[in-house]
Amino acid sequence: MGVHATKVVLLAAIAISFIVSLFQSQINPYFLQIIIYIGINIILATSLNLINGYAGQFSLGHAGFMALGGYTGAVVSTTLGATPGGSSAVIILPLALVLGGIVAALAGLLVGIPSLRLRGDYLAITTLGFGEIIRVVIQNLDFLGGARGFTGIPKLTNFFWVFSVVSITVFVISNLVNSSYGKGFLAVRDDEIAAQAMGINTTKYKVVAFVTGAFFAGVAGGLYAHFVSYINPQQFSFIRSIEIVVMVIVGGMGNTPGVIIAAALLTILPEALRPIAEYRMVIYSLSLVIIMITRPQGLFGRELSLRSLLGRLRKQAMPV
Amino acid sequence: MSELLQQIINGISLGSIYALIALGYTMVYGVLRFINFAHGDVFMVGAFVGYYAAPRIVPLVGGSLLIAGPITLLLSMLVCSALGVTIEKLAYRPLRPRPKLTILITAIGISLFLEFGGQLVFGPDPKSFPTLLPSAVIINTPNLVLRSTPVIVIATTVGLMLLLRFIVMKTKLGTAMRAVSYNQSAASLMGINIDTVISFTFVLGSSLAAAAGILYGSLYPSINPLMGVFPGLKAFISAVLGGIGNIPGAAIGGFIIGLIETFVTGYLSPTYRDAIAFGILILILLFKPSGILGRAESEKV
Repeated sequence: MGVHATKVVLLAAIAISFIVSLFQSQINPYFLQIIIYIGINIILATSLNLINGYAGQFSLGHAGFMALGGYTGAVVSTTLGATPGGSSAVIILPLALVLGGIVAALAGLLVGIPSLRLRGDYLAITTLGFGEIIRVVIQNLDFLGGARGFTGIPKLTNFFWVFSVVSITVFVISNLVNSSYGKGFLAVRDDEIAAQAMGINTTKYKVVAFVTGAFFAGVAGGLYAHFVSYINPQQFSFIRSIEIVVMVIVGGMGNTPGVIIAAALLTILPEALRPIAEYRMVIYSLSLVIIMITRPQGLFGRELSLRSLLGRLRKQAMPV
Repeated sequence: MSELLQQIINGISLGSIYALIALGYTMVYGVLRFINFAHGDVFMVGAFVGYYAAPRIVPLVGGSLLIAGPITLLLSMLVCSALGVTIEKLAYRPLRPRPKLTILITAIGISLFLEFGGQLVFGPDPKSFPTLLPSAVIINTPNLVLRSTPVIVIATTVGLMLLLRFIVMKTKLGTAMRAVSYNQSAASLMGINIDTVISFTFVLGSSLAAAAGILYGSLYPSINPLMGVFPGLKAFISAVLGGIGNIPGAAIGGFIIGLIETFVTGYLSPTYRDAIAFGILILILLFKPSGILGRAESEKV
């Protein structure tokens, strides 16, 4: 699929989310909340998929990036004094999201640097450590509310913003990895030494993956903060990171459509399983183990890619 | 001065716990080259075995802690050895030929399963650990109060370490373990049964973690199903600090991390307690990834 065609899809997706958001007040608030969470989780999971799935750098610190984006966004919008429904929100929210994304991306750069030297297990535990350090530091910063949390964030996030960002995230990440430049990510994942021998700048690819992934996680954090209007450091503990990792693994590492489906399913599932809520993490952890032993490529497999799906559709549409 | 002494004693007894857990990480890394993320949760299970067993064992032996303590310790070590071997057989063995990332994710899955399964079975609220070690006051000056609990903890740790040293250096299985960690394929060509050695490594590591669980419960008598997370991570950091795969290194690393953490808590701010260990980890990995006693491994192409 050419870049032009994906641009059309992107614009169409944004237009649709705008039209739907016009009817937002008619949607049941409970369903709306789940739909917004689905959107935020899709952003988190597809951005983590760039780091874990495509570039093969196992990161357990996504909640930390999300926290940075959430807190930065909250500071920006409360200082600028945005009000829900006010016309200023149209400028302030994107500003808050982008600044949150930039702060998270800078942290991603910082985390990306050790990833140049570390592999596999070490990287996983270092990123987990970074995420926890971010959380502990926020907990000790009084102007962010410390352990009590940050209150009074204007409720600016709505259907339009979430799903526009979802569309942009998916657009940017799939174009990035499907470009000839993006083949480098797969090379780094599949065999780093061979990639290096072929002249691929593995350092640059790893850092690009971390910075891009962290940016979108930060934006997702901003959307989350402006939706729940109260955040505290405990919401961004490593359990949150694990939840995002599970979405990527269930969907299949390096399989964007699979990860999107998994993010949606795993957001709805706890709601559907509310009567047995205490079993949720037990089910999550067991499914991780079982998937790793029986279907390491994820439930949907690598063969399910946007490109192959569209290719199949096109073949059916065109008479041979 | 005596406050410093007090901090040093606290640091060494906390370090003993980290060192015992770290030994399991480092031995499994030595033979399998992967980090057993679930190890910290085996430590938690060890503490809970003590929690349930001690009140039943103490009346059986007529209330004598001198007999009940070692029995509880041994029982917990047995249960955790069985748990460790089962985890290895069911979850890690089928994945041995697969990419490292697969085993890593599985280990995280097992770890979460033990934590949240523990919340279901034991209940999520903290429980108070029964008294197993006598806590008589040995030294009592206005500035320094030394109880017997940390002394027994440190003595038990040193005893277990000497026992481990004997097993690894002098017995046949220990020699086989070192051979496997040196070169797995050559060891298997020499007739060593790799599966037995790996199971034995899990027995050793898990029983040390169980002992750490009992000692931890005696030092800080509040246990809960998530208690293994941070000690587990810090013990892992200790193993890296000492040089992962190196047994004396893990012990040294454990004591160092325990001391640093106690000093940060005592003299700086207790809120940074959990962040400092990760800070140390990042510094070691950036500047000396092979740790204090480890040897640098070059990657074969």
